[in-house]
Amino acid sequence: MDLTLKIWRQKDAQSEGRFVTYQVTDISPDMSFLEMLDVLNEDLIRKGEDPVAFDHDCREGICGACGLYINGRAHGPLKGTTTCQLHMRHFRDGDTIVVEPWRAGPFPVIKDLVVDRSALDRILRAGGYISVNTGSAPEANSIPVPKEAADEAFDAATCIGCGACVAACKNASAMLFVAAKVSHLSLLPQGQVEKRQRVLRMVAQMDEEGFGNCTNTYACEAECPKEISVSHIARMNREYLAALLTSGK
Amino acid sequence: MTLNAKIPEGPIEEKWTHHKDHLKLVSPANKRKFDLIVVGTGLAGASAAASLAELGYNVKVFCFQDSPRRAHSIAAQGGINAAKNYQNDGDSVWRLFYDTIKGGDYRAREANVYRLAELSVNIIDQAVAQGVPFAREYGGLLANRSFGGAQVSRTFYARGQTGQQLLLGAISAMNRQVDLGRVEVYPRHEMLDLVVVDGRARGIVARNLLTGEIRSFSAHAVILATGGYGNVYYLSTNAKGSNATAIWRAYKRGAFFGNPCFSQIHPTCIPVSGHYQSKLTLMSESLRNDGRVWVPKKKGDRRPPNEIPEDERDYFLERKYPAFGNLVPRDVASRNIKEVCDEGRGVGPTGMAVYLDFSDAIKRLGRDVIEQRYGNLFEMYERITGEDAYETPMRIYPAVHYIMGGLWVDYNLMTTIPGLYALGECNFSDHGANRLGASALMQGLADGYFIIPYTIGDYLADLGFEKVDTEHPAFKEAEKEVRESIKRLLSINGRRTVDEIHRELGKVMWDYVGIVRSEEGLNKALGMIRDLREEFWRNVKVVGSERELNASLEKAGRVADFLELAELMAIDALHRKESCGCHFRVEYQTEEGEAQRDDEHFAYVAAWEYQGPDQPPRLHKEELSFEFVTPTQRSYK
Repeated sequence: MDLTLKIWRQKDAQSEGRFVTYQVTDISPDMSFLEMLDVLNEDLIRKGEDPVAFDHDCREGICGACGLYINGRAHGPLKGTTTCQLHMRHFRDGDTIVVEPWRAGPFPVIKDLVVDRSALDRILRAGGYISVNTGSAPEANSIPVPKEAADEAFDAATCIGCGACVAACKNASAMLFVAAKVSHLSLLPQGQVEKRQRVLRMVAQMDEEGFGNCTNTYACEAECPKEISVSHIARMNREYLAALLTSGK
Repeated sequence: MTLNAKIPEGPIEEKWTHHKDHLKLVSPANKRKFDLIVVGTGLAGASAAASLAELGYNVKVFCFQDSPRRAHSIAAQGGINAAKNYQNDGDSVWRLFYDTIKGGDYRAREANVYRLAELSVNIIDQAVAQGVPFAREYGGLLANRSFGGAQVSRTFYARGQTGQQLLLGAISAMNRQVDLGRVEVYPRHEMLDLVVVDGRARGIVARNLLTGEIRSFSAHAVILATGGYGNVYYLSTNAKGSNATAIWRAYKRGAFFGNPCFSQIHPTCIPVSGHYQSKLTLMSESLRNDGRVWVPKKKGDRRPPNEIPEDERDYFLERKYPAFGNLVPRDVASRNIKEVCDEGRGVGPTGMAVYLDFSDAIKRLGRDVIEQRYGNLFEMYERITGEDAYETPMRIYPAVHYIMGGLWVDYNLMTTIPGLYALGECNFSDHGANRLGASALMQGLADGYFIIPYTIGDYLADLGFEKVDTEHPAFKEAEKEVRESIKRLLSINGRRTVDEIHRELGKVMWDYVGIVRSEEGLNKALGMIRDLREEFWRNVKVVGSERELNASLEKAGRVADFLELAELMAIDALHRKESCGCHFRVEYQTEEGEAQRDDEHFAYVAAWEYQGPDQPPRLHKEELSFEFVTPTQRSYK
């Protein structure tokens, strides 16, 4: 099929960006979206032009590197799917496709479709862990964990850190991302000891990075490629309130 | 130089304990006087960085991804083995050791493999304490499943995302050390050279991928944990960015390269759909429990699968291996699939695939049971191919998946350059000529959590605290070489893109240094690789400049190294005149067409030493002695 692409091009963080229109032809429906961009980039390189920069790595939906805003939706039209797992059979011959980077204040554009998501790592480093030194762990089966709790913790822990929740949110809120980690650890007995300071510190860091607040539109859940539930945000809010009330601060 | 593997004396059960008891120590107050560099943030790198920082060392961590959490360990699906014997089914450290040695077709070091099996149990404890949400039984205790090549149930798993959960656990331990100020992370940095001062590894030169800045980093020791080089084949199940550059530069600075030709090809991957294919996706091996592999009996039979009657189908694995059927090991399955496709009996649009058919299992067990067992895999298959595998058979084909070869290391995981260590997939150590399922995660974490924290102290204790300044001529010279090589790549301005040449290299490697190898094919490949390398340096087109984010330049540097590594792989494959594990030489097979090992002449690790550009590498042999197990011929008939 033949497609028209309107792609956001921006030389670097300082330069102004703009949409540039490209035509691609002979696109196979079996190609992934990123393979379609590879084809475009190969053409651009042959013509001596600068290829479109985009982040990607595993191309099997788990590393969280890729993330494009396609026709106004984070990761494109398919539910529960990362950009790299979106295939061209979901588009039609002659379509015009608009491709943008994640748009959020805390995710400054680096180049074209590449943004800086290091704010997410900084939130995780503000206590998003269980403090246990290598070698001091007790025997694994000494702490039974109810299967339901383990399963729910797993559902939260599947977050791939792609930032789609932030990009999809009108407030650029990172609540789903932060809640997924808070929830994962606070559902497990191992995570109890530090749960109060963890939620307080992570939320403080989230605010410091400039992410917005949650106003319950659930766009994050709708666009999350791992379909993480907003119920984790409710759990984080409870944890946060409890921690505030008991921390004495 | 003679190779000294430094294997401790004594009974195999006591080697590691005894060794630990006699390693030199660095006192707690002195640890902060040592700077360490870790390159790569997968399971091995992240676990090493976290554990070393906990001890008190200053750690700098480098990765090319935008975040350390994205390293390719994240994509491992199946699970991690550990000899916990929670199932009361007769498992033990000894059995895990034995299965791994046998699975590796007796080309791994006994002492290392035994230690790996020993440490497997500590890994599970550590991961659980970090909050890794492993699968559990209703009683709240950990669940296990069985995996290929084993008769016990010892695999721990977190649905189909075990690698993700273990990596996030290791990264969280590392993040804690970042929070405490003991680890400094350099994301979007690529190591482009190793710096050796007075014969010791003393730092690296890295390129900031955002700004293009070339910068030196000095340390008392350097730890490489940079993963495998499956992407030398262009198409593999590796992430697009996975590369050999760090270990290749280390090789060129004097680290020996062990068994470079041992590459594992996984039988069940989704086939290539067209020339634009950028990577391949693995479908879990567990599918072969219920799926039947077949092709049409007739060559070039283009009928849709449901129109081919039962008596015109060839269930070739069941026919040739009645005892194991569709469950033969990875290498045997891959070889047979390639064979029927080469005969012209392959299926699908490209003819490079075989059917994996669930219709009998669905008839026998019902669709619900199959959906429960493999629902997520069928979904993934449909996402990629657009086909419903409940209605029509899956199409599968083998793909490069894991590399057993890598930098040669001794028992302490040190390479032949003092102060340079290699951990995880980038070393050659534990899997011999073939890796068993669910053991890659185990090795990466054993190396990082439990081995390097002990062994590195032994080296540092004798080294002294003195730092080497990055103004030292060795750093300046390495920086200069890196800059010149980048300038050269940008100045060629030829007619072929990096990907075009990489694809061509991949085809040569797949055809001649892949599932089946022969003297004739390998000699042909050597010529083709040299020609392609010559063409690359004459005719490649790299656009953009060096002072910016430039993916085309990054790729070019990696492919330039693949073009050299490919030659070493072919040389190694040519010299190993036997078949073992993944390495199948047509000249060396049994009457039944199975791999024929030659223990008399080839029971050694081939460790290659770089001799300079365009010089043949020099072979060193580390003889493998089997004191505790007796090598036998594998048979799956």
